[in-house]
This record gives sequence, structure tokens and C-alpha cells, in this order.
Amino acid sequence: MDLAFSEAESALRDRARAWLRAHVPAEPLPSLETEEGFAAHRAWEAELAADRWSVVNWPAEYGGRNASLVGWLLFEEEYYAAGAPGRVSQNGIHLLAPTLFDFGTAEQRARVLPPMARGEVVWAQAWSEPEAGSDLASLRSRAVRTEGGWLLSGQKTWSSRAAFADRAFGLFRSDPDAPAPHQGLTYLMFDLRAPGVTVRPIRRMDGRPAFAELFLDEVFVPDEDVIGEPGRGWRIAMSTAGNERGLMLRSPGRFLAAADRLAALWRARGSPEWARDRVADALIGARAYQLSTFAAASRFLDGERIGPESSLNKVFWSEYDIALHETALDLLGEEGEWADTEWAERYVFSLAGPIYAGTNEIQRDIIAERLLGLPKGRR
Amino acid sequence: MRFLPDAEQRAFVSSLDAMLSAADTPAAVREWSRGEHARGRALWGRIAAGGVFGLAAREEDGGFGLRPVELALAFMELGRHAVPGPLVETVTAAVLLTGSGTVKRLVSGEVMATVAHGGPYALDGDAADLRLVLTEDGLFRSGGHGPVRASLDPARRLTALERGELLDARPPAGRALALARLTTAAQALGTGLALLERTVTHVGRRTQFGVPVGSFQAVKHRLADAKVALEFARPLVLGAALTLSPADIAAAKVTACEAAYGAGRAALQLHGAIGYTAECAVSPLLAKARALRTAWGDPRECRDAVLRGPVRRRPG
Repeated sequence: MDLAFSEAESALRDRARAWLRAHVPAEPLPSLETEEGFAAHRAWEAELAADRWSVVNWPAEYGGRNASLVGWLLFEEEYYAAGAPGRVSQNGIHLLAPTLFDFGTAEQRARVLPPMARGEVVWAQAWSEPEAGSDLASLRSRAVRTEGGWLLSGQKTWSSRAAFADRAFGLFRSDPDAPAPHQGLTYLMFDLRAPGVTVRPIRRMDGRPAFAELFLDEVFVPDEDVIGEPGRGWRIAMSTAGNERGLMLRSPGRFLAAADRLAALWRARGSPEWARDRVADALIGARAYQLSTFAAASRFLDGERIGPESSLNKVFWSEYDIALHETALDLLGEEGEWADTEWAERYVFSLAGPIYAGTNEIQRDIIAERLLGLPKGRR
Repeated sequence: MRFLPDAEQRAFVSSLDAMLSAADTPAAVREWSRGEHARGRALWGRIAAGGVFGLAAREEDGGFGLRPVELALAFMELGRHAVPGPLVETVTAAVLLTGSGTVKRLVSGEVMATVAHGGPYALDGDAADLRLVLTEDGLFRSGGHGPVRASLDPARRLTALERGELLDARPPAGRALALARLTTAAQALGTGLALLERTVTHVGRRTQFGVPVGSFQAVKHRLADAKVALEFARPLVLGAALTLSPADIAAAKVTACEAAYGAGRAALQLHGAIGYTAECAVSPLLAKARALRTAWGDPRECRDAVLRGPVRRRPG
């Protein structure tokens, strides 16, 4: 049992640190959830990709560096410690790409991954529907067979990044007669600018269009944009959800950097006694999450897959993130009310954490039933 | 990097678990709480024979060399089984007395030690063969002990000690206190795991409204939160055992103790009135979790140590 890193991992971390020092913008980019900010973040993705820093753990043929999982975690620590911008391509890189590595064809990987790595194609997710949220398997948007592909119709909602993104991926009901709700679903990729697609941005609580509704009216999707076997989409999507809740969506580097920023803010404000415990707990929580992730990465390297224990992570980091940012706003005093600060932007973002990627209520059900073995009951 | 117990460490944990499960540990706890030590001493001997105390002693003192990871793993099991006695204190004494002939007898289980530090009371001075007092002036022996003062945890018997003969003016106090805090954190984590396990079993069996109460979301979610807290304390304890940095150890201590106590509150609530009785195993475990919060570094001291940081080493 150890916490030592290989020479390759340490070398990767050192190179990343040097590159970031030279490239991270001195001034923060405009908010990712605005048209101007989205474009700026897309350009940043291209800058990362030009030197192969956008997807370090991918194979080199798709723009990566073949970094190990641990190497990726160290890269993430450096990335957020350097104060680098948020990742506009996150949904594609951490949700769609792992699915393509597991279930896609070589042709799909060659076509989809390199432009994703360069930020040329930014992906949105299309899971939830107005009547299918936590009960995702009840979704009703349909994929109907047509010559050479499928016609998508229906409505998706809470589609993060979709206001400005290029393409989307999600689940559609391809066999309405299947015996159970989670059967007869197909996993597809589609163009947000294809004929029949209407994107209606939804303003988040601070007024910014962080997500959108998608209205689909017989949108044609060619067969080559189906991932895996038609009708098997649920199993494929659940593997994506496992990645999302597990290691990839929120790397510890983010929270280590946020906790350090909070501690610096606390000290800058004269280390007030009333905030002492909360600041200490933020530092402790980041360390706990970092070490827990190292343990999960070690299990991964032993050949285990991330299962229901990823629900522990989701509950932990989402509650942690809000507590940390509430402390920051309290430390800021009157300035804590200002909407135009980075702390405020991050606070507003943190509030969504317990809701997206499977609500924390669903996660607690999973923990109770699948990790603790408690009997199933009515939801 | 492989931040998981290896096969040998896992085998050590399961053999300790098997031994403690086969021994009548609950009876030892009940008798210990009444000041009857015979069964507890027999168990102590088996724990020593299992090699636990040797993990805190150098090879030339009859131990295995200092093995903090194995110690932490062992103390999680000792906590899970609610083993009574001055376990942490004996480990602490083994470090304080490094190089003395007494260490061999601590390792073998022949001598049970307790240590007072920061206050007059030491755990189980009535049962211990060797009573030590650690102050800034050095390490002292206490000849006798004062009357037993009841703890919230009936199996923890507090006894006042006095500074007697000076044994060592400059004992390795820093290392000893670090291990005391680390092993207390591990013991607390084990206590919390036991509380969660018992409660999961209870709510799976207890039926109301015709179904197990564990099928209700209000019950499930409370236990899920207890599980989250314990599972994020675990890597802190093992990480602290690897780095031995004061900030990591303090972080592990406060987090494990809060998680254990939180599990205790959930356990009490979800057992209902039966959990509030002296007969039910839940109440002494909750009381132990409460007591361990302040033993060898209270939450305030631990958070201070974290803020003095750095809480994490830059890896490399």
C-alpha cells in the first residue's frame, strides 16, 4: 500500500505544470454560460489540444498522451491549481468518450473523438425529458426506423451546454412494445443544427442560458450514429452514468484548488474565528476526496469497474461543494451578494450539484439498496 | 501508486476479525464494565499473540518495526468489535518506552499499560500493570491510581494518576502522540462501522406497517449519509498512516470521530427505544464514539492542526 507515483506520472505532472504556467490566461475568461464565454472556452480547448493537453488519458491517435488514470488525476490537480478555465467539452470528454471507448466502433472513435479533443465539436447530453427525470427509464422520445437510419421525435430538457453546443447524445425509445421500460431504448448521437431540431435555451437561476430544451421533429440520424446495439441503450447509458458519478466528472483537483482558495480568502480576511471549523473542514474534505479517488483508481487498475460506490462520491462532492462556497460567500460579507464575482459564479454552479447526474435522493437509494443491502421500497 | 491494502494486510485483518468474532467479546465488555478483567485479559493475550502490539515496536524491542498502516487496520477491527481496555495507550507506551526492556512485555501482552496526558485521568488504570504520565517535563511512572470515575462509555474506566518516578526526561513524545491519535481515529472508524452494520441488520428485520422499516426512504437516506461519512473517513485514516503528517493524522481523527458519532446518532434513532436501553449494544457503542471524539485530540485541536497544515503533501 503506497501513495508513490511512477516516474512517468511525476514527469507528466511537471510538464503539465510548466505548460499551464506559460498558457493559463492571466484574467479569467467570461462565463462559460454566455455566448462570448462559450467561444472563449472553445478557443481554450483548441489551445490545450494543440499541445496535447486536452485529453491526456486518451490514446495518442485521438489526441491524447496515453496517460494512466493516476497521471490524469495529477494533471487535473495541476490544472485546477493553476486556475485554468472550466472545460466546455466536459460532457463529451467524460461522458460520451468513455462510452465510445467501451461500446463504439473504430470508425465512430476516429470520426468523433479528434474534433471533440480540439473543441471543434462540443457535445451536450440529452437524457431528461419533461416527464422523465429521476425515473429516466420512463422516457418517451422516440427513434423510428427509416431507410439508412432513424427518425427522432420528442422533447428533451435540462440539456447542459446545449444552448451553444454542436451535437448531442442521449437515449430514445426505439421499441415501444418492449416488455419493460428500460428495454427497447437506443443510444444515439445527433446534430443540434439538423433539420427538425429546435433548441430553446433555459435560463439558469442567475439568468444565464446554462441549459436548453430540445424539440425534435423527425430528425434524421444515420445508422453510423447509433452507439452499440439498437435496443441496448439503457445498459450502455448506465455505464456512462457510472463514469459520470465516478471518477471522471469531478476530479479531486477541482476541490483541492477550491479549498486552497477558500483558505487563502479566510486568511486574507483576518482568519476570523467563526469560520475556522468550516475552513478546516473544506481542507479536510478535499483531502478525503483525493485519497478516496486514489483508492478507487487503485481498484480500477486491479480490473474492477466503478459500480454503485460511485453514488457515495456524487453525494459527497455535491454537498461538499455547496458548503465550501457558502463559507466563501459568508467570508465575503456584503460582497458575498455580488453576482459578478468568480465566487458567486462557482456558488451558483455548486447549487446544481445535488440535482444533476442523478439526484442525491436517487444516489442515496442506490447506496442503501445496493451497498447496504436494504430492501427495495416505494420511491 | 496502489492505495489499497495488499493481500497480506487483508489476510491480517480477516484473521483478527475471525479471532474477535469467535471470542466472546461482548461478555468481555460487560465484565470489564463492572471492573472484572479476567475475560478481557484473556482476550488481550490473544490480541497480543495476533501481533497487534508488535506493530508499534522496533525489531530489537521484540516487535515488527513500526507499521502504522497495519496498526490502523488492526485498530479498525478492534473498534468494530468494541474490544475493551487501554489499547491505544499500550501502543503509545510501546513507543514512549522505545529501547527499554518493558516493550517486549507490552508486545507479548504480559504487561498492559495506560498513559495520562494533558489531564489527570488515564483509561483503565485499575486494569493496567504499568501506569505512565506524559508531561512536558518527561515521562513518569504512577505508582497507584485514584478511584474509578465513570465514563459515558461504561467500558472505559477513568482513573487519576500521579507523577511519580521520572523514567525519561526526553521520551519520543511526538511520535507516540501521533500514533495515539492515529490509532484512536482508526478505532473510532471501526466503532462507526459496527454501529452502521448493526443498524442495517436491525432495520432489515424490524417490520412496521407490514414491511421492513429499512424499506422506507427516510430510514435508507439516513443510513446512506452515515455510510458516505464513514467511507470518506476511511481513506483519511489509511492515508494518514502512510504519510504520518500531523495534518493528515488530525484530519483523520476529527473526521473518523465525527463520522462514527454521526453513525451512532443514526443508529440510536433507527433502533428506536430499544437502542436507548443499556441491554442493546447500540448505546455503549454510541457512548464509545462520543468518548473517542475527545480522546487524544479533540475536534478543536485537530482542526487547528489541519489549519497549521499543509494538510496534503504535494505528491511526488
